[in-house]
Amino acid sequence: MIVLGIETSCDETGVGVVRAEGGATTLLANEVASSVDEHARFGGVVPEVASRAHLQAMVPAVHRALATAGVSGRDVDAVAVTSGPGLTGALLVGVAAAKAYATAWDVPLYGVNHLSAHVAVDTLQHGPLPPCLALLVSGGHSSLLDVPDLAGPVTPLGATIDDAAGEAFDKVARLLGLPFPGGPHIDRVARDGDPAAVAFPRGLTGPRDAAFDFSFSGLKTAVARHVEALARAGAPVPVADVAASFQEAVVDVLTAKAVRAARERGMETLLLGGGVAANSRLRALAQERCDAAGIVLRVPRPGLCTDNGAMVAALGAHLAVAGAPASPLDLPADSQMPVTEVLVRAR
Amino acid sequence: MLVLAIDTATPAITAGLVELTADAVRPRAARVTENARRHAELLMPGVLAACADAGAKLAEVDAVVTGVGPGPFTGLRVGMVTAAALGDALGVPVHGVGTLDAIAADVAAGEPLVVVTDARRREVYWAAYDGAGTLLDGPHVTAPAALVDRLPELGATAAAGPSAAATGLAVRSTAGPSPVGLVAVAAAALRAGAEPAPLEPLYLRRPDAVPPGQAKKVTTP
Ligand SMILES: [Zn+2]
Repeated sequence: MIVLGIETSCDETGVGVVRAEGGATTLLANEVASSVDEHARFGGVVPEVASRAHLQAMVPAVHRALATAGVSGRDVDAVAVTSGPGLTGALLVGVAAAKAYATAWDVPLYGVNHLSAHVAVDTLQHGPLPPCLALLVSGGHSSLLDVPDLAGPVTPLGATIDDAAGEAFDKVARLLGLPFPGGPHIDRVARDGDPAAVAFPRGLTGPRDAAFDFSFSGLKTAVARHVEALARAGAPVPVADVAASFQEAVVDVLTAKAVRAARERGMETLLLGGGVAANSRLRALAQERCDAAGIVLRVPRPGLCTDNGAMVAALGAHLAVAGAPASPLDLPADSQMPVTEVLVRAR
Repeated sequence: MLVLAIDTATPAITAGLVELTADAVRPRAARVTENARRHAELLMPGVLAACADAGAKLAEVDAVVTGVGPGPFTGLRVGMVTAAALGDALGVPVHGVGTLDAIAADVAAGEPLVVVTDARRREVYWAAYDGAGTLLDGPHVTAPAALVDRLPELGATAAAGPSAAATGLAVRSTAGPSPVGLVAVAAAALRAGAEPAPLEPLYLRRPDAVPPGQAKKVTTP
């Protein structure tokens, strides 16, 4: 079975093609057209700019994906698309395109949850996924999920109560004069810094705080105060040290809570996903703590962690193989799609 | 030639099949739903319903025509990407036509006409046509008052489109573009088998976004 997946929830126009055969799902193509450069001067994703870019990129991305996969549209057995959560105007472009392709090819359409797709993508690299605890971190989301089965209901354990982890990276990068998106730049300069140079606060880690929720807004403010105090004193900002200390505070909280959640839920596998999962320090510390706790860590390679169409195709293939019903043709783009809803079903 | 026509640049979600012959543009089926907020949900069901009404299969379509606006952006993109993807999947050409031009073609006034649609934010999209339906000016996005100021110079004696009443002129129609009007605008290119130009949406406005200034201080000096 060949499944085409379309993802347009933020600023990447992603089209992936996978083949599901004999219980294995194989990646055939993963085309991503990003509008990230157009957002750089705004310091964050501008929804209308992203939506305009999706319209321009959509059909060419499908062409490239099919060509790379070495299949034609007539070979496609199902189309999957991100129905939500995400930016409404951006989601609508992918949802409308997916409906058109599925209808013209006369194949089932699966409107799927973006967060579940971040989990499903790992099957393309590491094979079938056992029940797992998933930590999904990006510019748009920071969630801890209990995932007993990819096709079944997901239990949300916690999420950010203010900024997403990736947003905090973007904002702190700006404070330090580093370009957007901040994640890769902070990761790079932090390698030359001392992660213990500044004791930045760890949000929501008090005994009475929600055990599995995150907060990064206070951390961002603490970095701003630190930088401003140095500026007032006429002292230079030790960018590498501040970046390393900030990054350490983020990944310390993320990994500590994820490992604790895995233990409490009796999960033997922890899965990292989302754009921030490309962060080298997050991967290293997660590995260290999982090893110590006897938990298997699964992290897809960076190109599969960031938003892409292959993850949507992977989840679509899993649902199709599991015999899930196709979504109705009037399926909406749902910017607030709850994580408990893996697939849009007929109403 | 069987042509599928789509437009989502006004509150109407329009889908229809049109038979284009050497000397006629004949409606086969039309599905028009007024729902400014549900373009993406209702368009493909509308396309399939129009096909069923016409007793035709989607695979029998020889070409696709889509309105390219101007229109509120989110809705506009739904029709355009649907048309582009259908054309790609079916292997047929996709022609873009101005939504206001299609409304003018529907009215076929025989008199100077302005076509006016809602641009939200207290503005309208408009374009002016002569008695033969040739575009004279536009499309533009302005306040209704700015259009009214231009009317004497434009010489229009009648108006059409969902916001036609804003002109104070005689209103010929308040409908969005019909499938026949959309196909009529592209008829010459379709009959000639011309290679369609790339689809370009008529946004007429820049995205709302300003580069950030100096970061706000969190500490008071
Ligand atoms: Zn994501």
